Parts: sequence; structure tokens; C-alpha cells
Amino acid sequence: MKKFVDRALGTALLPALSFVMAFVISGFVIAFSDSKVLKLAGSPGKFITTALSTVGNAYLALFQGSVYDPNLAHSHGFLRGFYPLSETIVTATPLILTGLAVALAFQSGLFNIGAQGQFIFGAIAASYVGFHFALTPVLHVMLALLAGVLSAALWGGIVGVLKARTGAHEVIVTIMMNYIAGFFILWILKTTTFLRHGRLDPIAPDVNPSSQLPHLAGANFRLHAGILVALAAAYFVWWLLNRTTIGFRFRAVGANAAAAKTAGISVGYVTIATMALCGALAGLGGAVHVLGSEYALTADIAGSFGFDAITVALLGRAKPLGTVFAALLFGALRTGGRTMQSNTTTPLDIVLVIQALIVLFIAAPTLVRFIFRIKNLKTQEALASKGWNG
Amino acid sequence: MKNFIAMKSFTATQRRQTWLHIVLFVIALFELKAFGFGNLANAKTTFGFTLAKEWVLIHTWIIGSSTGSYLFSIIALIAAVAAIALIALKKRAGFATAITGVALMMGFLCWAAAGKFIPLTGMLQGSLLLAVPLVFGSMSGLLSERSGVINIAIEGQLLAGAFASGVVASLTHKSALGLLVAPLAGALISLLLATFAIKFSVDQVILGFVLNVLVIGLTDFLYKKLLIPYQATWNSGPSFSRIEIPLIGKLPIIGPIFFNQTLIVYLMYLIVGVITFSLFKTKWGLRTRAVGEHPTAADSVGIDVNKLRFRNVLIAGLVSGLGGAYFTIGSTGSFSKEMTSGAGFIALAALIFGKWTPMGAVSAALLFGFADNLQGTLSIIGVSIPSEFMLMVPYVATIIAVSGLVGRVRAPKADGIHYSRGGSH
Amino acid sequence: MSLELKGITKSFGSLLANDSIDLSVGDGEILAILGENGAGKSTLMNIVYGLLQPDAGEIRVNGELVTINEPSDALAAGIGMVHQHFMLIPVFTVLENIILGHEATSKLGKLDLTSAREKLLSLAKDFGFVIDPDALVETLPVGVQQRVEILKALMYDAKVLILDEPTAVLTPQETDELLEVIKRLRTQGTSIIFISHKLREVKAIANRISVIRRGKVVGSAEPSASQEELASLMVGRPVNLAPDKSPNKVSEVILHVADLTISDATGRALVKDVSFDVRGGEVLAIAGVQGNGQSELAQAMINLEPHVTGSITLEGRELVGMSVHQSLHEGIAFIPESRELDGLISSFSIADNLILDTHREKPYSNGVSLSPRAVLAEAELKAKEFDIRAQSIKDPASSLSGGNKQKVVLARELSRPVKLLVASQPTRGLDVGSIEFVHERILAERDAGRAVLLFSTELDEVLALADRIAVMYAGKILAIVDSGVTREKLGLLMAGVVG
Repeated sequence: MKKFVDRALGTALLPALSFVMAFVISGFVIAFSDSKVLKLAGSPGKFITTALSTVGNAYLALFQGSVYDPNLAHSHGFLRGFYPLSETIVTATPLILTGLAVALAFQSGLFNIGAQGQFIFGAIAASYVGFHFALTPVLHVMLALLAGVLSAALWGGIVGVLKARTGAHEVIVTIMMNYIAGFFILWILKTTTFLRHGRLDPIAPDVNPSSQLPHLAGANFRLHAGILVALAAAYFVWWLLNRTTIGFRFRAVGANAAAAKTAGISVGYVTIATMALCGALAGLGGAVHVLGSEYALTADIAGSFGFDAITVALLGRAKPLGTVFAALLFGALRTGGRTMQSNTTTPLDIVLVIQALIVLFIAAPTLVRFIFRIKNLKTQEALASKGWNG
Repeated sequence: MKNFIAMKSFTATQRRQTWLHIVLFVIALFELKAFGFGNLANAKTTFGFTLAKEWVLIHTWIIGSSTGSYLFSIIALIAAVAAIALIALKKRAGFATAITGVALMMGFLCWAAAGKFIPLTGMLQGSLLLAVPLVFGSMSGLLSERSGVINIAIEGQLLAGAFASGVVASLTHKSALGLLVAPLAGALISLLLATFAIKFSVDQVILGFVLNVLVIGLTDFLYKKLLIPYQATWNSGPSFSRIEIPLIGKLPIIGPIFFNQTLIVYLMYLIVGVITFSLFKTKWGLRTRAVGEHPTAADSVGIDVNKLRFRNVLIAGLVSGLGGAYFTIGSTGSFSKEMTSGAGFIALAALIFGKWTPMGAVSAALLFGFADNLQGTLSIIGVSIPSEFMLMVPYVATIIAVSGLVGRVRAPKADGIHYSRGGSH
Repeated sequence: MSLELKGITKSFGSLLANDSIDLSVGDGEILAILGENGAGKSTLMNIVYGLLQPDAGEIRVNGELVTINEPSDALAAGIGMVHQHFMLIPVFTVLENIILGHEATSKLGKLDLTSAREKLLSLAKDFGFVIDPDALVETLPVGVQQRVEILKALMYDAKVLILDEPTAVLTPQETDELLEVIKRLRTQGTSIIFISHKLREVKAIANRISVIRRGKVVGSAEPSASQEELASLMVGRPVNLAPDKSPNKVSEVILHVADLTISDATGRALVKDVSFDVRGGEVLAIAGVQGNGQSELAQAMINLEPHVTGSITLEGRELVGMSVHQSLHEGIAFIPESRELDGLISSFSIADNLILDTHREKPYSNGVSLSPRAVLAEAELKAKEFDIRAQSIKDPASSLSGGNKQKVVLARELSRPVKLLVASQPTRGLDVGSIEFVHERILAERDAGRAVLLFSTELDEVLALADRIAVMYAGKILAIVDSGVTREKLGLLMAGVVG
């Protein structure tokens, strides 16, 4: 048990230190961009206290907005105080799925920047099945999810096929396909099939109630069954990678494609299967997001789920469990950021800075080791993509 | 002639190029059938050639839409066949390919703008302007990647340059100061890129991606926190006005497109020229290419690989930062949230499309600028092609390029691979 | 010029690569450094050349202490080096490669190639080399590339020239020519350090021989010493240079290759119309200088090459067109040329590496999910059978020594039912002990009646193991000869001379 605790602490130390440094640096950014603080530059004492209180208030709002809100608890009872936490989980749900889509690709040696586009296709297909058909509840949900999964798997699979057949680098192809998907959803929302009756702005009809994911904690919370889907997907990815022959091949190709090929593993097959599966996961994210919380397809349905997915997977070290935790963390930052933006003068976007800094520090353990003078900081093998010729 | 029929004896490159031209030929046939013999009755298309006060060679050119489509598709057909013949004879076919492309485009325009007016010179000028940040960005990528460091952070560098120049110009009311600060902002991002990539050997693709997120987050944050509330002081900077170059600025068509532009565009010409010359003709260029191809060999003759890479990445940041200034002081003067909107990634695409050569990257950037502008023009004159599909063109083109349908695309051999003595990974 | 090394020590982690090494080479002298793979020769030379820094020790040039932190310091001190893996940039011309690092420029910063071109041409003329300064290096044959490397060192007045395993890529004839060039350099006053593990060459050229074993200088010898003496000095125990080989019992044809042509992506043929048979119980060695199509031919045996025409049959079943997986399971064991790149996944455990090809089969899996327990149990057995020395079979393969890595590959490949063993450079870079183990295993497979197709560039290995020898040159098999053939005849064939 002690050994286990040591190990857990060892593995958590680098992320924890990166986390602290990211918050400290972002604190400086918040303080030094605040007009109130800057006006006090003449009197050092006041300057420091005001700066500290500005940053403190911002981070407090960030926490209240993402985990527990005592004000809400005061007015609506203890449990309602956890409303922010439920919102965090709602935001984290699609992030877990898109994060897995990036993490799985990393395990096969692929850098999937395309979760955004894959998410969009999943959302479009799920939305269509959701509003166009009227079916019995469970069946309808299943079909809508399946439609999202399949269409996004096809979209992701294209990348795999291009890479396997022509060697086109997946980083470039997925970046480009994100843009194409972005324009595609703009276009499709203008078509008569998708445009909601009587509306001119790009929005599709709400999905039928029969295709909506059930709520888990009553009508006061938006928490929906999507989180269960996401956790199941995370378990599935873990099982696939560590316990199956297909996952063994994925990891083998990821670690050394040439040796895998020499031992009779088809690299092309692995590439195509991985990208299709990654598409499926991100597409499931899109479907769950539409069927669980948004109900209506809009041009901005994907928000930044696909891009945050990359930082999520990197923070989670491309491991399924790590990805779940990282998605919860970034989900919390996003959710709390909204509260922070409305309650204090600190814009939500500082969250992006925090995310980027955390990942940056985690990627450079040498630097963290140097700053904190820790000799034997435990690090795992660095994640790496392959250069353009790889 | 026997070669011509049996593609078997072709090399892979020849085969691929032949296929490309067969596709172009089929498109031309389609254009001939659908547009040339299409149902356009007596509609006419008008092309405008004048823009400002340049010397006039021709004001407008009016042609029957069907006649135009017919004519240009025939030209495209002939040029495509000529290109295939040249390929079979192992001669350079670039010129014939260009004619095929231009003729196809003109045929398409004749049909698409039937009964309407197309300001051709204005369209080309607009294309160049849209290409400006792409050219700067791709030159930045070139500097970095030719020496072996992958630069995905172009987007962030452009955005940082745009932000810094806009804000500084606004605060000081001096656009010149903005122009000075922009490269420094880009270089600051490069400093991070170089430090983490070279000193801490962080994976360069991941790193570039994260740096983009960082810059987007920072600029979005500061935009909301400072630029919106205090717009008058923070975000209403001056911008450069156009300078017409005497004489050549008056040349018909060419003058207004190339020589009646802002300072930033002239700087772009200079930078492209200097980089093209330096990369192939100077000591720095030779060493840069050596380090990007085979760093161990460069090291063994006494070249400090990582120092050279570090320096080149910094210069790359200067260039793309300067390009960022185009968005603010190069146009309206004010900054807006994520205003580079992916130009950095298209610049990267242009670099790859252009096979990591300066001229190739510039041509690709111009092509992407044209596609972007065409879409705008067509939607203004009210053509019934959904603009979204036109907007996809650069991205689809890039996918086609990296899929090797246009030709073999090979990155510098050591691009993206960290160098350390006694084994690199 | 004289070069003196005193007490050079260098360690990597716990490995002591150089242990207070003393060496010296005098004016116009050829010092041969003899040692087996991994003895620390390359580390030592990289220290002299400034690519590595010693932990202790000093370097003296003409008696004066010098500090060499960078290759540029070595070059300035008059030390030049021809590396085992050429330090040439393939997409540059000969001239560009030569001037790199010493560029002359005009006032505007433009490269000035004229004086370098003249110097290069006159230097080449002195040595009777025919060199086109504007040819791209990647288009030149290996032998010519090496000359470019030598010229590169001489262009900048190297007075001490280090040659690291220079003959590894050369034909016997090219080797003879190189030895002549080296002798010429000596008469011009250049001091030479010649690094090799090939006894014959060392004896032919050296003025003095120093032997390095496990990072230490263990002795020196005169060129007149016998090969056996040198070998036992190098290895530290008496060595049997030729493994015991019993007469073979040949059975029917197992592998039949007919009119095989292999092309690269651009359509250039790398192997042209090759045909041969291998019978059960015999070793057919494909000899030849590296880069004559052997690598591609070996790869094609399990369909790793994409552009192949012709036929490969194993006991009558056509292999061409099958997947790699299928061809392996037809009964081929395949030892790839590079165990680091193609043989093993270094981040995977030893146990996982042992099931790379068989993970889909029982008992390792039921086809879908893996059984980690069975994988470990099997791995323990294999580790014992093949004498794989590791702390634990759960350790990553990267923790193994070269010899143990090759044992993992052998163990994996020989664990399937095998009709044919294809071994490509199976002992490259291994120490003598491991070489003996690999040779014994190969002969054991032959004696068990299997067909063995051995690819080797080492003439000694070919002569020691082969029952018949096919010589490849420029993508073709020039002749298939009996193992009793003379070295001279083989050498001529490897250089493309028939008759």
C-alpha cells in the first residue's frame, strides 16, 4: 500500500507542480492587466494587496463556479450548492470523449488534431436522427448515438486511409479537415432540411424528447447520462489498449512501426482502424453533447471541445484514466471561468492560458525539476508525435 | 510516342503528373459541355481591368458568356494535352499547367458571372492582400523548418504580432512603432518555441500547438480586459496608407496590384527576395539546409547545430510577427479577437504545398489568397455556389497536395527531430 | 604531426566505455586500433574529434596540450576524421559538402565556390580520384562517397586522419585501393589512426597495433603477429575463428525463387531477375557489398517490399502477394538487418517483444483478449532456452545488450514452426561471444533440416557458415559458387567481375 501511495504521489507530483506554476503565472497576468491594480503602481503596499485580492477573487469565483457554491446552498439547500459541480461534469462529458479520441491516436503513434471536425460530424448526424425521426425512447437514443459514431468514424477514417495509402501526414490532414467540417456545418445549417422552421440564423430544430439522454439528478440539474457513456468509453479504451490483441497492435505500431511491420502487423490497418475509432469517440462526444445538453445543432456546437481535447490528452498523458481526470479539470476551469467572468472582471479566456501553461510545463520536466530543485522528479516517457517524414 | 500510350515506362512522378492533367482535361471537357454549350442565351460577361489612376490599356472586356466558356475550355483542353506530351518527353510542363489552370478559371468565370461585371484587377489585388499574411507565415515556417524545427506556432506568432502592433500603435499613435514591436512579439513566441524545443527537447508539434493555445488565450483575455473597455486608447490605432511607386505603380493591371500597396507589402517583397537568395546562395543558407537535412554531419564540420536552429527560429518569429502587423496597422488599425482566424495554418499548408521552397510557398500562398478572394467576389456578385464550398478550396487543395497527387512532397530530413550528440531520438 | 592520448576516461552511467587509455601515433605512422564491437573504439575517437568530452585525461598534439571541446577545435588542431557512417549530406553536391563549415564568401555574403573547386580538383588529381564536384552525393556509389569524405578531411590540411571502420562498406578491391591511398598519405607525412576489427586489414597496413578490450588498452602487437594471436588478444580468450561445421545432409528444395525483380517507388529496379533455390539442411549465403540489393531481397522474402514481380515459393506455395503476417506463418523465421529498428520495440517489455507476431494465437490470447499470464510464462521459458540475460522479462527491451537483443529476436522467430530461416546481417555489431551463439543457432537450424538463407557482408561469416554462396552485385546474382571458393575469387565477384 505504501508503495502504491508513493508511486501515486510520484506520478502526481509533476502535474501538481505544473498546475501551481500555471496558476501563479496566470495570476500575474490577471493582476497586471487589471486597471484598478495598475493605477496603484505608485504605492507598493496597496498595489500588492489589491493585486492579491483581485487574483484571489478571480480564483475563488473560478472555484465557486466549478465545484461548490455556498450562496446557492444557502438559498436552495445544501445539495443545490453542488450545481456548479454538475455543470463541470456536463462540460467535461464531451471533453472526455474528444480527449480519448486524441489519446487513443497518440497510443498508435498518431497525432489527431481532428477531434473538432469529428465532433462536428457526430453532432450533425445525431441531431438529424434526433429531430427527423420519431421512435421509441431507448431505441431512438441508441440510433442517434450510433449515427453520430458512424458518420464521425467515416470522417476520421478518411484520414487513416489517406495516411495508410499515400503517407499524407495526419497532422496536416486533420487540421485541414477541421476547417472543411467547420464550413460544412455552416452550409448544412442553411439547407432546408436542417434550418429550423421560421428561423434565419443557423440553428436546427430541437431533437425529439425520445432521443434525449435522460437526466441523472432531477430537473434542477442538467447532469445527464452522457457522463456514463463517457466513462464507459474510457473503460473501453483502457481495455482495448491493454487487454486485447487489437490494442497490442495499436501500441506496437505506435512504439515502433517498422518493427511491428516486420513482425507481420499491418501498419496500414492499424492506422485506418485507429483513426476510425478516434473519429467514433469524438463523434460520440458530439452526439452526446447534442442529445444530452444542447438539443439543437448550431454552427458553434463544437465550441472548442476538439481543441481542448488535445491539451486534455496531453495532460492525461494519453492514458484513459488520466484523460478522464484531465477532462474533469479542464471542464471545471471552463465552467468556473464563466462564473469568474460574470462575477469578477476577469475574462473566461484566462482559462486557456492556464491550460496551455500546465501542458507546457508537463512537457518540460527538466524545467520543472530545475525550478523546484527536485533531483528525482518522476517522469514518464515524453509523448511525441512524428516529424513530417514519419 | 510509344511511351505516351504505355504509362508503364513512366516514373512514379510522371505517372502522377499525367493523371493530374488527365483530371484537368476531364474538367475542361465538362466545362466545355456544361458551360460552353450551356444554356446562357445571349448573356455577356464583363471583365473590368482598371482600378485607380493607373495608365489605361483596356477598361473593360465584354465577351459572350457561352463564347467565353467555349473559348477558354478549348484552350484548357489544348494546354492539358500539351502538358501531358511535355511530361512524356520529360520536359518541364509547369507553364502548360499554368495555362490550363488559368484558362479553366477564366472559362468558369465567363459562365459564373454571366450578365455580370467582374473587376478582374481588383480581384487580383484583393488576392495579393489576402496572401500577405500567408506569405509572411510560410516564410517563417520555411526559416524554422529548413533548419529542422517544425513550426506549428505560426498562427500564434501572427496573432501576437497583430496584437502587439495594434496595441502599441494605438497607445503611441505611431504606426511605425507598431511595426517595430510586431516582429518582437513574434520572436517572443519563437523564443519559447526554441527554448522548449531545443533546450528541453519537447516534441515540436505538440509544443507549437500548445503555444498557439497560449497566445490565443492571452490575446483573447487582454482583448476583453483592456481593448474592449478602453477602446479609444488601447484599440484605435493608425494604419498605413498605400504608397504608389512612381512609374511602375502606373503600369496597367500590374501597377495597382503590386506597386500601389502599403509599406508592409513592400517589406514582404524584400523579405521573400532576401530569403530566396540567402537560402541558396549564402553561407548561412548552406548551413541552414545542412542542419535541416543531416545535423550530425553539420556538427562534425564544426557547425553549432542547436545555436543555428535557435537563431533561425527566432528570425522566423520576427518574420511572422511582422506579418501579424498586416492584420492591424496594415489594414484597419484595430485588433479583434482571434483575428488571424487560421491564417497561420494555411501558411503552414502553403509551405508544404510549396515543398518547403520559398518560391513554391509564395505561389501556394497566392493561390490560396486567390481562392479566398474569388469566393468573396462571387458571393458579392451573387453567384449561386455556396460560399462555404469555395472557402474549403485551400484546405482541400492542401490535402490533395500532401496525399502526393501533385508530386512528391518531402520535408527536410531532420525536420522535427531534436538534435543532441551521441544519438537523437 | 604526432598525437598523444593520456589517461582518457569516459563513462556513460554505470558503463565505463574508456578506462584511462594511453595511445600515441607519430609522424607519418599508421596506428591500427583493434577491438571488437562495443570495446570503446568509437567512443575514444569521438573524444579525440570533440564529439564527446572525456571525464578525465589529456590530448597532446606535437607534445603540446590541447583542449578539444568541439569538432572545430579538432579540425583547427589538424585532426580529421572519416566516420563509419558518412557525414555527407545526400542532397548536397560534392562541392557543397566539401566547403560546409569552411565557406568562403564574397563581400555581399554570397558563397564563393571557385577557389574550393580548384583546390578540390587538384587534390583529387594528386590521388588519381575522378570526382565531379557538382554531382549530388546521393547519386554516387559508396566507394566514391568515401573518397569525398577523405578529400573533405584533406582539404583542410588534416595532419592526423582517423578512419573509423572504413572498409565496412567496401568491396575487397575497393578495400585494397583504400589501403593504397592510406599508404600514400603516410608517405606524404600524414599520421593515420585506422580503426577496425578486421585482422587481415590491420595486419596489412599498420605500423603498430593497439588492442582495446572493454574500454582498456590490453596490449599492443606487431603487424607480424598471427591472426590467432591478435584475435585472442582482442577477445581475451582463445577464439575459434571458424565454428565447427559438420557436413550437411541436403534434402529437397524448400525455397524456390524465380525471376524476382524488386523496384523502388520511382520504378527503379533494385533487384533484377534473381533466381535461386535453397534446400533443406543447407545454408545459402548471399554475399556482396552493402547496397547491392541484398536488403531488399531479404525483405521481399516476407513481402516487406511493395513492388515485386516474379515468384517466391516455399515448399511449392507461392508467397508473392501474401501479407507479411501470412508469409511468416507459412513457416519463415526472419532476422531483420537492424534489430534496433526492425527487430524489437525497445519500449515494450521483453515478454511483449516475444509475442509480436504470435499474440493472436493460443495460449497468448483467445483471438480478442490477451492473457498476460500466459505471455509471461512463455517468456520465462524462452529466456531460459535462449539464454537471454535480463533482470526481469518485464523490463523494456531497451535495457538489454546488443547480444541479448538479438537473442530475443531469435527466440521469437524460431518459436513458430519454421521451414526457412532468413537471417540478414545477424551478427552485425555483436561481440564475439554473441556471434558464436548466433552462429551455433544458425547451424543448428541447418542441421535440423531447415533451409537457411543468410545475408552477410562479412566475408569471414559467409565462409564460415555457408554451404553455397551466391554473390550479389548491382541487384543481380552474378554467380552461385561452392563454399570451397577462394577469397580472391569471391572478392572479384563482389566487385562485379565475372570469369
